[in-house]
Order: sequence, then C-alpha cells, then structure tokens
Amino acid sequence: MPDAALCTETDGLLEQARRQSSVLPIECRRVGICRGGRALLDSVDVCIDGTGLTVVLGPNGAGKTLLLRVLVNLVRPDSGWVRWAGTPPDRTRAPRIGFLFQKPMMLRRSVLANVTYVLSAAGLARRECNAKAGEVLALATLEHLAQTPARLLSGGEQQRLALARALAVEPDVLLLDEPASSLDPAAALAIEKLIETVRARGTRCVLVTHDIGQARRLADTVLFMHRGRIVERARAQAFFDQPAEQSARDFIEGRIVL
Amino acid sequence: MQEFGAAFGEAFRLVTTLDADLSEIVILSLQVSLAAVGLAALIGLPLGAGLAVLRFPGRGALVITLNALMGLPPVVVGLLVYLLLSRAGPLGELGLLYTPTAMVIAQAVLVTPIVAALARQTIEDMHDEYLDQLRVFGIAPLGMMKTLLWDARYSLLTALLAGFGRAVAEVGAVIIVGGNINHVTRVMTTTIALETSKGNLSLALGLGLVLVTIAIAANAAVMALRASAKRFAYA
Amino acid sequence: MKTARTVLSVLAVTAGAFAGVMFAPAAAGAESIVVQSTTSTQNSGLFDFILPKFTAKTGIEVRVVAVGTGQALKNARNGDGDVLLVHAKPSEEKFVSDGYGVKRSDLMYNDFVIVGPRADPAGVRGVQDVTAALATLAGAGAPFASRGDDSGTHKKELHLWKDAGIDPQKGSGQWYRETGSGMGATLNTAAGMGAYTMSDRATWIAFKNKGDLEILVEGDKRLFNQYGVILVNPQMHPHVKVKAGQAFIDWLLSKEGQAAIAAYRLNDQQLFFPNAES
Repeated sequence: MPDAALCTETDGLLEQARRQSSVLPIECRRVGICRGGRALLDSVDVCIDGTGLTVVLGPNGAGKTLLLRVLVNLVRPDSGWVRWAGTPPDRTRAPRIGFLFQKPMMLRRSVLANVTYVLSAAGLARRECNAKAGEVLALATLEHLAQTPARLLSGGEQQRLALARALAVEPDVLLLDEPASSLDPAAALAIEKLIETVRARGTRCVLVTHDIGQARRLADTVLFMHRGRIVERARAQAFFDQPAEQSARDFIEGRIVL
Repeated sequence: MQEFGAAFGEAFRLVTTLDADLSEIVILSLQVSLAAVGLAALIGLPLGAGLAVLRFPGRGALVITLNALMGLPPVVVGLLVYLLLSRAGPLGELGLLYTPTAMVIAQAVLVTPIVAALARQTIEDMHDEYLDQLRVFGIAPLGMMKTLLWDARYSLLTALLAGFGRAVAEVGAVIIVGGNINHVTRVMTTTIALETSKGNLSLALGLGLVLVTIAIAANAAVMALRASAKRFAYA
Repeated sequence: MKTARTVLSVLAVTAGAFAGVMFAPAAAGAESIVVQSTTSTQNSGLFDFILPKFTAKTGIEVRVVAVGTGQALKNARNGDGDVLLVHAKPSEEKFVSDGYGVKRSDLMYNDFVIVGPRADPAGVRGVQDVTAALATLAGAGAPFASRGDDSGTHKKELHLWKDAGIDPQKGSGQWYRETGSGMGATLNTAAGMGAYTMSDRATWIAFKNKGDLEILVEGDKRLFNQYGVILVNPQMHPHVKVKAGQAFIDWLLSKEGQAAIAAYRLNDQQLFFPNAES
C-alpha cells in the first residue's frame, strides 16, 4: 500500500509520486486561529498529497475539525496561509475537494436529486447526471431509495448519501469530519467500508476522528493533534506501536488528555 | 342579528343559483389577485433570496424598508399607482387606467413587499443550515439563491398565500385604479363597498361571506400542502 | 417529482390568470368611452337603465367611473376620462373656463331632501323654508351628518348653511358630524346614529338601509339639483375619444336620451327630470 505523502521537507517521510491535480497538494503553513485569547490552532503546518488515508487524531477540542475546515477554505485563518496546488483557494476548484460533515446536510429533495444536484452544478448534462448518480448510489447501496425524500433516511443512510454525493464528482481528495461519530455500529461499519473502497480507488483521504479503533482500522498515516498543534506525525504502524509524544501515548492508552 | 340571517340567506342564494354577475365578479377577483401574486412572486422571491444570501452595503436598511412596506395601506398604493397610470402621469400613454391590468399592477405593488420580506426571512433561516455545505460544493451566490428558493418551496408557498390573502381582501387599491366599472373592473371587495354604499347591507355581507369562504379554501389548500411537506420532511 | 408538478401547475395557473386579465379586453373589440360621474348618480341605478339603450344604438360601450364629485372633476382634469357628468354647476363651469372641458350642457335635475329620524326630535317636519329648518336643527343641536367631502351635495349643503347664517364648523365633532364619505356611506352613518342629513332624492329612493329615517323637509326651490355633462377637452388631452364621447353627449341631450332619463323609475318614482336645452 503506497504511503500517504506528507510534507517531506518537514517530516522526512518518503515522498509519494504526486498526482496531477488542480487542488493537490493542499498545504497550510503556520496557520493560527485565536478566539477569546485562546489559540484554537497554533502554527499548524500540513501538506496533503499523493494517495492513501491520513487520520487526524486527538481528543475533543484539539482543533481537528477546525483544521479540516481551514484546509477546505470554510474558515480563514488569522495567521498563516492555505494553498491548493500552490495557489490560494477559490470557489471554482472547491468541487475537487470532497467534504463530509459530522452531521450530513441533506437537501430537501429526493436521494437521487441530492446527487444529481452536485453533478449538474459541475456542468453535466441531465442524462449523464442520472447515470453517474445511479452509479454512486449503487456504490453506497442506496439505489433502492433513489426516490425517497433524503431527509427521511436514517442517520447512517444519510451519511452514506453524503459520501456518495461527495464522490459523484470524482474529487481529488476527500476530507471527512468524524463521519461515523453519530452513527450506530452497523452504520459506522458501512461508512468505513465505503471509505476503504474510496481509498482503494486512489482518492486521497483525510479523516478526522477521536475514535482510536477507527483510526487503527483505517489510517495509513496519523497526525496527532493536541491543544491546537500537531504534536506528532507518523506512519500508522509506527504511531500506534510507539507513539513519541506523551499526550499521544496517554490518548492511545485511553487516559484523559488535558 | 337580523342582518346576519339575511346575509347568510343572500350568500346561499347567490352561490346556489350560480348568479351570473357573482360568477363574473368572483372570477375577475381571482384572476386579478392570482395574477398579482404571480407577478409578486416573480419579483419578490428572487429579491428576498438575494437579500438573504448576498451581503452588500445598505443591505440592512433595505431589509428594514422592505419589512416596513409590508404595512403599506392599500389605498395609498392605489393612489400612487393611479398617479403613475393617470393620463396626467408618467405612464399615462399606456392607457392602463381603469383596466384589470391596472388592478393587477396595484395589487402586485401591494403584495411584493410581503412576498419578498417573508421569502427573505424563510431563506435566511435556511441559509445558515445550507451555507457550509453549499460552499464546499463550490456553489456561487446566484446558485445558492436558486437552491434555497427551491428547497424552501413549501414555506415560500405560505408566503405567496399570505400575499394572495392580502390581495383578494383589499379594496383601497383596486377601487382607485380600476374604477369599479360594471362588468369590467368590478371585483368582490369593490362590489361589497358599492352595495354597502347603496345600503344593501345583507347583499354586501353575503358577498363578504363568499369572499371569506374563498380565503378559507385557499388557506386550507396550503395547509394540506404543508402537511404533505412535513410528511416528506421538507418543511 | 410530485412537488415540482404542483408548484409548476400553481405557477401555470397564475400565469394563465395574468394572461386572462391582460388579453380579455382586447378580445372584446368594442369601442368604449370612460365617463367620470358621481356615486349618487351610479347608485340610483340610472346608468344601468339608460346605458344599454345607448350601446344598443351605437355599439359604444360606456364605462362609468363613479367617485365623489371632487374626484371626478380631478380625474377629468387629469384626462382620465372622455366625458364628465356631475351635479356641481359652479365647479363644472370653472372646469370649462379653465380649459379642461369643451362645453357644459344642462342634462337633468332632481332635488335634495332633508331626511331625519321618524320621531323628529328637532321638529322640522314639513318646514317649507330649508334654511329655517337648518337653523332649527343647529339651534337644537340635533346630530347632523354631513358629506364633508367637497362633493356637489356637500357644496350645496354648505351654501344652505351660509344662507341660514350658521357656521356648522362651530359644532363640528359635536352635533355636526362630517363623515368625509359618499352619500351612501353618509346615509348609513345617519341611520346608525339617528342623525339628520341632506341627500339627493335619487340616492335616497334607491337606498336600502333607511332604518328609521324619513324625508322631513322637501320642495324648497333652493334644494334644486342640476346635472351637467361636459366633453373633456381634446386640446388638453389629445387621446380623448372625441367622436364617441360627443356621440354619447349628443344622445343624452337628444329626445331619445332625455326620454330614457325620464322613463327611469325606482319604486314607481321618477328620480331624474330631463331639462336639456332643446
């Protein structure tokens, strides 16, 4: 399994062959966000490129979600910068980055319409939209619910739909913000399976979670965050076997990390 | 008390005998008010959506003004539109005064602020929920407006109904610009005003009952629509 | 999608309504004129009686806009009508002398009456001199409902108060109640508060909410009410339908039109008396 690429300059990990992409590498440097005197993100450097799945791990409040939102340009940092393929983020390239929210946001339309919405926004013709939508719905095993109002679906089904919707436009990278945290185990498993399929296709994935088990199951590489900083970056194996930081050790072993 | 009894009797007689004059008046009332609401929707819905989604200097003042315009007295609107359409006015050449078209225009002016203000409120409420998701989809502001307008369709229908209720029940605007001309611009409310001024109180009240029934029917229809919307979790 | 279809059909209905409203008049095709007249004339039912005769003869549709006299004069000044038919001679003559009308012609007359509660607390029943009756009413402080709207009726009423040497404004809000409304609304108000009021006979006869009111004073020559008809001046307003408008006026003043006016009856009473110059 090819390794995920992280910024070789700062991390000294093996560089991975870069893919041609209009948004990759997603980079941020010295990103800081301060609210009410507290640093929610503190001089964070990240580089997302290549293939594989990176897990952003850490206790609640570590800044994981915030970091993800900064990378996808939902939040502007107070200091530092964000670049997509070397240039500042812009709206036209946003569809190249898939983003899953913790709580899926369903349009007030049918399941199928939710998917065709993003496809027609991407400029596809009606027939192609329907065809492609059918494909991804089948992938997410939702095709039998195509005409159902999306908001009537269960939490797990909605998240699968959100994932299918994100994948419909074949993004270069998929960012997932704790996609399974509000789901029951069966639904969570379905989501994880889907994510694995996506990773297998070569789509770069970044997954935020506080669930260690999930991290172990899915990660190729791990970014461990604590109090707004990335305190450790490592390959998954190395991280879980021999975490370098104390906070990481505490977290893995199930202690509360203040 | 006697008047009320006579009124119900009148209303019953008018409706059951399908009085030709009544039918003509009711149909014209519905045509004028529906057309006015249609026009108000065309202008007010995008306007409301724009105010909800876009940010620009002066937006706050515009929102306040729009909300205030909801309370425009119909007779003032009638007067303004009359001055506009009068031969002595800027649009006099069009010869629209004393036609149903003028009535549609006046009622559209009356109803558009209601539709726009309610649309703005509805869409703004929805905007918060949709904003992040639409941004990661890379949707432009115009696209956001279209998306929210469609997704809010059931709530917007209620806004349109509010506009229709206002239009079909007003008399001040249509009587000035329409002239209450028999068989041409006479609608339910102007007929009620006329019969009242002739002392025909039971007939006037009877017509009023017919009007109220129409309003109830329209409201019931939209309530049913909203119920089905809730069923599909679209509300 | 079911919902899409519902919404689209709603929009289709409104679009259809709009089209129906826009294009219906064109379908009619008949020539038409707009006559600015007063609510009292309209409410008497005269127009419903005589206009069909004119239309049958000439094919011209007559659209009557019935408003207060003041508004009718203003509308005609603005050019929002082809013919003016009101009962306020001094104002009509000014209308012509100011250049807004071509010529004023006497059309018909009726009279005003003073109506009041059957019990007649002020005791004016049968008084021949209307100014004396008004003086009695003012002296007794009996409630009096005035049009208060600058109409022909109102102007006549004010004239009579002046002749009686009384300034009713002194009692405004107490016994002198200015409704600022048309004749019908004022009669409704008078019936509702048991007040005296002055009305034109035509409106009174046609009025269906008389309640406790009766005619108490009538016949004084000063209660004479003259109607006039004027063509709006095409030199001021070039769009005026001169031919059709003049055709209407000519018909009204002709033997046929005058006979039609005289033939109009309500409750077996003649409401208008033609007096055009022959």
